[in-house]
Amino acid sequence: MLEQIGISPTQLFGQLLLGFVNGSFYAVLSLGLAVIFGLLNIINFAHGAIYMLGAFTAWLLLHWFGVGYGAALIIAPLFLAICGILFERTLLRRLYDVDHLYGLLLTLGMALVLEGTLRWLFGSSGNPYPVPEELQGVWRLGFMVLPKYRVWVGGAALTLCLVTWLAIERTRLGAWLRAATEDPMLVQNFGINVPFLVTATFALGVALAGIAGVLAAPIYQVNAMMGSNLIIIVFAVVVIGGMGSIVGSIVTGVTLGLVEGLTKVFYPPASDIVIFVIMAIVLLVKPSGLFGKDIHS
Amino acid sequence: MSNISPPPSMPSVLAAGPARFEGVPRIWLLFLLLAACAPWVLYPIFLMKLLCFALFACAFNLLLGYTGLLSFGHAAFFGGAAYITAHAAKVWNFPPEVAVLVGTAFAALLGVVIGALAIRRQGIYFAMTTLALAQMISFLALQLPFTGGEDGIQAVPRGMLLGVFDLEKPLVLYYVVLAVFVFGFFAVWRVVNSPFGHVLKAIRENEPRAVSLGYHTVRYKLVVFVLSAALAGLAGSVKIIVFQLASLTDITWHMSGTVVLMVLLGGVGTLAGPIVGASIIIGMEHFLAGTSFPVDVANGLLFMVCVLAFRRGIVGELAPWFQRLRRRNPGSDTSGATHG
Amino acid sequence: MRGSPKRTLDPNMLHSEAHEPTRLTLEDVHAWYGESHVLHGVSLRIGSGQVVSLLGRNGAGKTTTLRAIMGVIGKQSGSITFDGRQLNNMPRHRIPRLGIGYVPDERGIFSSLTVDENLMLPPVVQPGGMALEEIYQLFPNLLGRGGTRGTRLSGGEQQMLSIARILRTGCNMILLDEPSEGLAPALIQQIGAAIRRLKTAGYTLLLVEQNFKFAAAISDLHYVMEEGRIVDRFTSDEVGSNLSKLNSYLGI
Repeated sequence: MLEQIGISPTQLFGQLLLGFVNGSFYAVLSLGLAVIFGLLNIINFAHGAIYMLGAFTAWLLLHWFGVGYGAALIIAPLFLAICGILFERTLLRRLYDVDHLYGLLLTLGMALVLEGTLRWLFGSSGNPYPVPEELQGVWRLGFMVLPKYRVWVGGAALTLCLVTWLAIERTRLGAWLRAATEDPMLVQNFGINVPFLVTATFALGVALAGIAGVLAAPIYQVNAMMGSNLIIIVFAVVVIGGMGSIVGSIVTGVTLGLVEGLTKVFYPPASDIVIFVIMAIVLLVKPSGLFGKDIHS
Repeated sequence: MSNISPPPSMPSVLAAGPARFEGVPRIWLLFLLLAACAPWVLYPIFLMKLLCFALFACAFNLLLGYTGLLSFGHAAFFGGAAYITAHAAKVWNFPPEVAVLVGTAFAALLGVVIGALAIRRQGIYFAMTTLALAQMISFLALQLPFTGGEDGIQAVPRGMLLGVFDLEKPLVLYYVVLAVFVFGFFAVWRVVNSPFGHVLKAIRENEPRAVSLGYHTVRYKLVVFVLSAALAGLAGSVKIIVFQLASLTDITWHMSGTVVLMVLLGGVGTLAGPIVGASIIIGMEHFLAGTSFPVDVANGLLFMVCVLAFRRGIVGELAPWFQRLRRRNPGSDTSGATHG
Repeated sequence: MRGSPKRTLDPNMLHSEAHEPTRLTLEDVHAWYGESHVLHGVSLRIGSGQVVSLLGRNGAGKTTTLRAIMGVIGKQSGSITFDGRQLNNMPRHRIPRLGIGYVPDERGIFSSLTVDENLMLPPVVQPGGMALEEIYQLFPNLLGRGGTRGTRLSGGEQQMLSIARILRTGCNMILLDEPSEGLAPALIQQIGAAIRRLKTAGYTLLLVEQNFKFAAAISDLHYVMEEGRIVDRFTSDEVGSNLSKLNSYLGI
């Protein structure tokens, strides 16, 4: 049937898989943003830069220290989480008493510094990162070719999302986080160390972005601007899903990735802006986002 | 509710004045004099760039400083108008004044569309919405054939203003640009010091209270948004006539971020702040262009410093001084002190 | 309109009737919200096992006093001592861990948590907290509601939940902010009965109330606040002979 519109099943499923992989990246990144926004009320503009740093950390670990992919998956997010903790404690914390938009601007400044520095040090051209051996190659199914690495990435990203969701919605620590998002003062009055919780949450968001960067390294060329291009789309995903909604980020991210993939198959010129068109429609119909609370903040 | 607002003790010296010509503080006349003589000291092209960005910053400050709305998508108006003006001048062969008008009108129209969609939310939500919508415009600019993609629209003719003034002569062009800037600045000043402007300030301070007083705050916000967009578009359009090139850099979110920095650095909610901020940033970029130090890093560092330690901006920090000076020399300036 | 002079209670009076060991003392506590001076030298004393109520009209500073004890006001001065420990410069989240429980006005039930999660939220700070069976005995309405969204409960049930979650933690001094507010009389009775049982069990309670009848039924001691000051003090015995004075304080 598809052949009648001039589309081969291979093409369709190929794009769907790509869309799924992209979508899982959107999901992980918007999840990190949502987690940070929920508790800190700050949109972390540096999120894209941290993702980029995750990829660069993996690349540098390989080229300077010969440390491979598997270790990078653990070292990079840990390293970046520590940097995030330092940033939050020394700089971001000072802005909690003033308008939240200043916090956003601080992260914007940080993003400019990080991207500018990396671009200055390593140029703007991409640096390739090899796909790890175990994940090379493809699986040949009848109707399509499945690159192993992409399946791994999509699966890993989604697993991260699910684990994070479980941790927030089904554990006691997650209950502390959700409660602190609603009323931090009261939570503190129960004896819970809320500032510590805030730092830990920020570190979690940063770690998620960092690990996404490592996952991305073999797929996209590691370059200083890779986060900048991606984060704008993630912002649109966040607006559509509803800022601060954990479930919203995951579901919206994956769905939009698939939609993008489908658009590439059926109407390629629109694939770049289809997400933004959807965003404009959502804004008209439900300004708080698909999963957002209907409160005008 | 999250709205950026200047710290409560912001004095009014450079921020407001009575809405009469006689009350124009001497400092503005001095500025005008300096600006008129400037092309003999500095390169006219550089000065014109300053003026365009200063106008852009003033337009942005109308929204941020006086209404408390942070828009992250103002580059869409600045750059969008730039493209339209470039196309109008080059392809449709419109004379410069018409091309600029067309560009400005486009920016105003875009302002209506984006404003209407974004105004429903506040604070961070508003900012994110403007960002995402502007990014859509940016993508369109990349893809639509008439914009020339990565190359942009080049070799835009300057033409003859009103069929009389030859804009190819730098000095003539400079005074035209200066006139446009003064016009735009005057428009901002007029809005700020009108009853309309007072409502804007009330919205900035405490929107629920303004609503309870019976003001349709959404309408006010939309109007000022469109005004701000139009003036930003004016700045972008004029910039095209000067530089004869419309490119993607004018429409990216980096540009939107830069104008925020200009206003923050200069002083949010002051009339002079955006001019000071724009001058410093443009000057710094000019200076750094000769070195290998990345401009983005400098901008980013400035951002962080301003946000952490310097939120009143240069004019905001200096204004108390001027206030004290004025108190010592009561001149012909009638003090407006309308700052709410 | 109000004839009584705005005098602050003499702190020396505090020590003259010390029968039981003191648990909480406030001495000359001042507090500011920004520029606004909201507490003017508040001094009071709560003995172990006492139920003390803080009375006064809206805006008298009662909730602010509770907040000052929990250390959440931006700027405060004066001395606050609990079980011999100075609370003044302690990190905020440590104060509850000394055994002070806080039941806020408007209940403070979290909408993104279930009843069970709300109940289990505050960490156990001392041994001796109530077991869950005991809590459900005290508040049978909460039984079987574990999976419901916290805010789906009625006002009275939320109030019970708000108290219940503190009881679990082992806190034996509890600050209650207007527990009877907005509740139907039947529920007020229930809450009052529960509080009386806590008193029998030896809990020390500081109650902020506008509802004088409710406070009088359970308290041993009443402090009256006006415009950020303690202006009077009555034991439960003295209430009867001072009804008209009390009425004028509370504007009844």
